[in-house]
Amino acid sequence: MSPTQMAGTVLETRQLTVGIGSKVFCRGLDLQLHAGERLAILGRNGAGKSTLLSVLAGLRAPLSGDVLIAGESYPTLGARRSALVRGWLPQARGDAFASTVLETALVGRHPHLDRWGWETEKDAAIVRAALAAVDLTAFEDRDIQTLSGGERQRLAIATLLAQQPKLFLLDEPIAYLDLKHQIAMLELFDDAARKGAAVAMVLHDPALARRFCDRVLLVYGDGEVETGPAAEVLNADRLSDLYEYPLAAVESGGHVSFIPK
Amino acid sequence: MPTRRRALLILAALAGLAVVSLALALVAGSVKVGFADVVAALLGRDDGVAGEIVRNLRLPRALAGFACGGVLAIAGALLQVLLRNPLADPYVLGVSGGASVGAILAILLGAGVLGINVASFIGALAAMVVVFGLAHGDGSWTQTRLLLTGVIVASGCGALVALMLAVAPDDKLRGMVFWLMGDLSQATNPLLGLAVLALVVGAALPFARELNLLTRGADIAQTLGVQVALLRRGVYLAASIATAAAVTQAGSIGFVGLIVPHLVRLAVGNDQRVLLPASALAGGSLLVVADTLARTLVAPQQLPVGVLTALIGVPVFLFLLTRDAKARH
Repeated sequence: MSPTQMAGTVLETRQLTVGIGSKVFCRGLDLQLHAGERLAILGRNGAGKSTLLSVLAGLRAPLSGDVLIAGESYPTLGARRSALVRGWLPQARGDAFASTVLETALVGRHPHLDRWGWETEKDAAIVRAALAAVDLTAFEDRDIQTLSGGERQRLAIATLLAQQPKLFLLDEPIAYLDLKHQIAMLELFDDAARKGAAVAMVLHDPALARRFCDRVLLVYGDGEVETGPAAEVLNADRLSDLYEYPLAAVESGGHVSFIPK
Repeated sequence: MPTRRRALLILAALAGLAVVSLALALVAGSVKVGFADVVAALLGRDDGVAGEIVRNLRLPRALAGFACGGVLAIAGALLQVLLRNPLADPYVLGVSGGASVGAILAILLGAGVLGINVASFIGALAAMVVVFGLAHGDGSWTQTRLLLTGVIVASGCGALVALMLAVAPDDKLRGMVFWLMGDLSQATNPLLGLAVLALVVGAALPFARELNLLTRGADIAQTLGVQVALLRRGVYLAASIATAAAVTQAGSIGFVGLIVPHLVRLAVGNDQRVLLPASALAGGSLLVVADTLARTLVAPQQLPVGVLTALIGVPVFLFLLTRDAKARH
């Protein structure tokens, strides 16, 4: 076992530089994410959060530097074994073909099946549990093209839960969701982290980031990034800088919120 | 819940349909041959005229038709997955356009059947290389770009064909039009077609679950463990070469590659593990039935089989589409 695995490092970046063309979003990032840790990625629109996340997911090559998951690079692991480690929740989805909710969540089991394998009752049980966790139990036979935006988002989360990855890379996991389901989904990822997964998510609400994440990664959009413990880094001054808009911190019921001035 | 058992039941039913369609093709024709005589001829016990007709004329043509229909349908299904577009068909990437240019040019220059076949195959491969090269030139590959390149190359080919039709002498026009509408009367050797069909089905099936993931989007497929770039290239090559082989043998028969995967999808769902082999069986059956009608409806005159596939396919398709729309609400 390599030292990084012993320490439970699920995701590691070394001098990672991410950008598109001549635009650099993040320069020289050294990041370690351990099992059980939750990281929030915050920044303005177009700052490069999604691009960074897709580099972390192995979908896009970095300009320079390395991304390691469970101590190995994506090319070394290969597509198949990578899928047993990291799961990715995309921001946008387009469904070209009709399909039922159950079939859609079942694709999450793909990396666990061999080439000629069919989904077993055990896979179905895992998928049904995932659908129950996102409050979609009664939707099993519904066509995904008839789902609302929020229902579709929860189905994508169920598919990811069915994949049972060790690293969750989530691009705006609570987009399209009502308040009840926003909290419910964040509690789900919280639960996954308690069971030993590492979670990195792009969020737009610093209050939820502070409440549901241990650490934050601020992406300023000009190549500057900043990491630190959520409770320390997330204050009104820094967030006003980050979002280029004055914010005020308000405390209520033990939770800190940030409201635009 | 997809199960192996359900898949096998569906495929067994469609295999039965294929056998029925082939039997129909052997029985039907201007010379009446009873079912018992067909069986005798197939077993080699009938040395008479009926036996000759069944063994040397109807059987090779029926099998060639089955192979072409099956290949076109599975190629259509593959391209619908590749382009994530239910409206894609084997011709959308210009393969048939290239084949048409080659074939019509060969007919115009007075080539024989072999020359026409060779020219159309070369045309198909040339179109394939051009589309792939243009769409893939800078290393990136988006579905939209591939689709647009294919559509543009296909329409360019269409213009060339129209040009040649306009300058062609009258005595060659009929042959050209039949080729363009699809015609199985020249397809006398089914072995190549059947081999291509077996190869494509055999190559696609091990990747069927990965193709399911590809319909969900390239990035999702990649994060779930599919080597997307390799798989897409493989699908493109397999579908294009298969289409080229079918078009070379039977001309550009329309509708099979678009409508059959659609029909099968509406009936059994979009699991490629079922859809791909089911499309091959259904496409083969449809083309055999259409070709049997094409040579018997106004016998002794033969109709272009492409006209029949469209006449059968369109109403069935519209029926299933309205039924599907009702079931959803």
